[in-house]
Amino acid sequence: MLAPVLAASSGFTSPHVDWHALAPEIILVGTIVVALLIDLFTEDHNKGLVSSVVGLGMLASFIPLITLGLDNHERVMFGGAYVVDDFALVLKGLFLVAGYLTVLLSTNTIAEGDYHEGEYYLLLLSSVLGMTFMASARDLISIFVALEMLSIPAYLLASWRKRTQTGIEAGMKYYLMGVFATAVMLYGMSLIFGGTGSTLLTDVGAAVNGSFGQEPVAVLGIVFVIVGFAFKVSAVPFHNWAPDTYEGAPTPVTAFLSVASKTAGFVAILQLVFLGFFNRSDTIRPFMFVLAVLTMTVGNVIALRQTNVVRLFAYSSVAQAGFILAPLAVISSNHPDRAADILSSIVLYLIVYTIMNLGAFAVIITVSRRTQSGEITSWAGLFTYAPGLAVAMGAFLFGLGGIPPAAGWFAKFQLFNAVVGAGTPSAYALGVIMAANSVISLAYYLGLMRTMFMDDPVDGDVTPVKIPVPLRAAVVLTGVATILLGVLPFLVSDIADGATFVTAYLPGK
Amino acid sequence: MKDLLNGWGPTAAVFLPLVGAAVLLAIPKSEETLHKVVALVTSLAVFVVGVGLLATFDYDKSAKMQFLVDKTWIEMINSRYIVAIDGISLPLIALTVFVVPLVIIYSWNHFPEPHNPKAFLTLILVLETGMVGTFVAQDLLLFFVFFELVLLPMYFMIGVFGGEQRKYASLKFFLYTAFGSALMIVSILATYFLSPKVNIDGVMQHTFSMIELSNWAGSGLAKGTAILIFGGFFMGFGIKVPMFPFHTWLPDAHTQAPTQGSVILAAVLLKLGTYGFVRIAIPILPVGAVWWAPIIGGLAVIGIIYGALGCLAQTDMKRLIAFSSVAHMGYVMLGISTLTSFGINAAIFGMVAHGLITGMLFFLAGSVKDRFHTLEIKRLGGLLLQAPRMGWLLAFSCMASLGLPGLAGFWGEFPAILSAYSPADGLNVPLFRFFMVVAAIGTVFAAGYLLWLLQRVAFGTPTEEFEDEHIHDMHLTDYLAWSPMIILIVVLGVYPNLLFKITDGAVIHSLSHIAGH
Repeated sequence: MLAPVLAASSGFTSPHVDWHALAPEIILVGTIVVALLIDLFTEDHNKGLVSSVVGLGMLASFIPLITLGLDNHERVMFGGAYVVDDFALVLKGLFLVAGYLTVLLSTNTIAEGDYHEGEYYLLLLSSVLGMTFMASARDLISIFVALEMLSIPAYLLASWRKRTQTGIEAGMKYYLMGVFATAVMLYGMSLIFGGTGSTLLTDVGAAVNGSFGQEPVAVLGIVFVIVGFAFKVSAVPFHNWAPDTYEGAPTPVTAFLSVASKTAGFVAILQLVFLGFFNRSDTIRPFMFVLAVLTMTVGNVIALRQTNVVRLFAYSSVAQAGFILAPLAVISSNHPDRAADILSSIVLYLIVYTIMNLGAFAVIITVSRRTQSGEITSWAGLFTYAPGLAVAMGAFLFGLGGIPPAAGWFAKFQLFNAVVGAGTPSAYALGVIMAANSVISLAYYLGLMRTMFMDDPVDGDVTPVKIPVPLRAAVVLTGVATILLGVLPFLVSDIADGATFVTAYLPGK
Repeated sequence: MKDLLNGWGPTAAVFLPLVGAAVLLAIPKSEETLHKVVALVTSLAVFVVGVGLLATFDYDKSAKMQFLVDKTWIEMINSRYIVAIDGISLPLIALTVFVVPLVIIYSWNHFPEPHNPKAFLTLILVLETGMVGTFVAQDLLLFFVFFELVLLPMYFMIGVFGGEQRKYASLKFFLYTAFGSALMIVSILATYFLSPKVNIDGVMQHTFSMIELSNWAGSGLAKGTAILIFGGFFMGFGIKVPMFPFHTWLPDAHTQAPTQGSVILAAVLLKLGTYGFVRIAIPILPVGAVWWAPIIGGLAVIGIIYGALGCLAQTDMKRLIAFSSVAHMGYVMLGISTLTSFGINAAIFGMVAHGLITGMLFFLAGSVKDRFHTLEIKRLGGLLLQAPRMGWLLAFSCMASLGLPGLAGFWGEFPAILSAYSPADGLNVPLFRFFMVVAAIGTVFAAGYLLWLLQRVAFGTPTEEFEDEHIHDMHLTDYLAWSPMIILIVVLGVYPNLLFKITDGAVIHSLSHIAGH
């Protein structure tokens, strides 16, 4: 029966598979299967086991990442559609860290709420798996597949508070906007594929460098693809879904979306811009300039008016996305030597932002367990009854605002460095706009500080906060990292510096 | 000793307070006396290091960077841990390490509400690290980090331990200064990219080293660019000084801060801005400085008159002293804006003198508040009858502040005014002479508001409200904290050369790229 099929496919040769390079993903897939089985065969009160297994799985897949890093050898698979290089390794590591911290953040919330527990972790892990694919995807199709793989579980997770209207709204909005964005992006991709005849980013890059790059349709394709991902990173004016989704989703999911999912969007943008579209930097530059300025300004200004802490962080993360986009507004194909600086500054910021923002969410979750409220006023006097948490939150807030000695200052400085280094008038103008926005963002970060440190506790209630072990671990890990990277920035800047795949691929180099 | 200080002196002065702060954090909150002792010992240890630096500093070569340490810090952008001391930074470091122990002594029994010595002393020590660090850093990025580090403890000191309006005041303080710093970072980067690469370990790289950049001094830079970059530094440092019209954070911050915070703010923090002009903006961008000088001079004299008029309108003693700071920093900035060694020497003297005198005034205001629970001038009166020692000290400090010859204030104010008579080549002489006249008129106002303050607070008889109240004169801690300051005000007033001879060489060196030097 099988013989004719095999005979018919005799022309097929299986592609070369580098098992070592795929090991992190294989471990994640294996963990998904194991977790699924455990979920199937355990009683309700033992579902917490799934969270441990998922967490361990992520840690385990770190091992091949490290061996691959030590191996220091670029691995290209599937005709260039899937590449494991330093950039991919660093970002995969970041996604795993973010995923692991999200598990720590989720454990108590999910166990204590009226949620499906096992499925939650499975979906979370699937999303992380999609992200690790994204870090390696160097082909329009593999980027698309990775995007769907990380998004679809996230749509479900966003509506995990299924018995509340806001929960449903969160998931629905996220889903509809996400699908719309995907459609726009696919249209752009089809235009590019139609013009270049290839989905491989390096081929696209070569074609954009050639005659295709001069055609108007190329501009259309590039802009549509980037707009698709602008939704993902919640850049203004494509950000409308973010605040409602962030507020309606369970807080650990919000943390995950505002960090990991956003980073995945940036990873895709970086790969597309640097590998595919770099020679049309004249199109990308003004587009990114407008996008970055709008995103940081609108995000910051609206954040000033927020009274709910999660919404505050929703808009703050919108504004942060604007900062991260800013260096892309100065890329130039005439100066490919600056590309590495721009790329490494963005990667550095993504790493540091992940740590700080997840830390902040860990504190938010811990505090809201006590106050049962997301209002900023309920944070009053936190310092008097939970000094450790207040100080940690202070470090995260100052870090996000870019004040030394918390980690954010150097990452933000590197963004300025990348922008101002371009030396053009528009670059300096952007630098000044970024400077003004840093100050606006400080206004609301300090507003929260003020509530924590200077206001009196609500109703004089100073019962201490109970901090469960997983959350305590998350706060300590991120807190220590925030201070350490602020004082010794080179610990992570070298990693970000190494994560520049571009120089090797850049067209014309 | 000398060898040890050479390698470790500045580093020890910067990081010892941080070590002390870490120890404080490890001690349980209930051990209050232990906290006080540890903080005092730490600050005294820093003071000893400071004295060691003063003793081993080579005064004949004050233009030379001494105790230089140059180590790798952030390799990828070639930002280095460079710390060194020359004649410009030495007086300010000495001022800092001198004032902090006095503040801690004063605090001994005067901790502001909410009573929390552990947190309060930790903040003071972190603040000391930031302040000393700013004065010793010779790498722009390192300087920036310390410059920003100062914000955090001060923010908490005002916001947590301050008065009624503390939340508003602390936020305003933070946002104003952060705005200046944010623009400054753009200027720092522009300087970094537009200056020529230097040879570091055999590789040609851009540099943040203030020593290298001062040697470069913007040669080859287009004039317009230099002016714009200077503008960024102007915002960063001008807000910190604060110069008119960016001064509005100061009265609020001073009024709301606890006494100790006010003293440190007046004595040291305001000097970070003026020091930035003298150390960074002028030597690195002399062309920009020449263009900006008339603007700085103009804003300085507006500040002098505006501050004085503001003083006359105040009803609160502490707010009055705060406005007098705006006026006094106007003299300092006027001296700097002349771009002459005469003017800048006077400015540095003015910084130290203002630090001591205004610090002293804030100490007294704090003690008045402590005893009368108000600083409302019209409710006070007859201090000389109720607490004669404090009353006389107030008189002394007012005299020093208004620039009485023979006390330190005179040598900051008078030469600064005089220097405007002949500013550096290329500056508009009639304009600066006009500034000189305005500034001189300002001294009359200064005498007016200070004597009026003295008259209303110290002379006459106590108001009905406090007539029968027993007012305790100075405590032991007051004697200990204040007498060194009083002595120094007199010593510097009688023998100003003590300071001028330290600063002169370094100032002349820093102006070597300004025409006419």
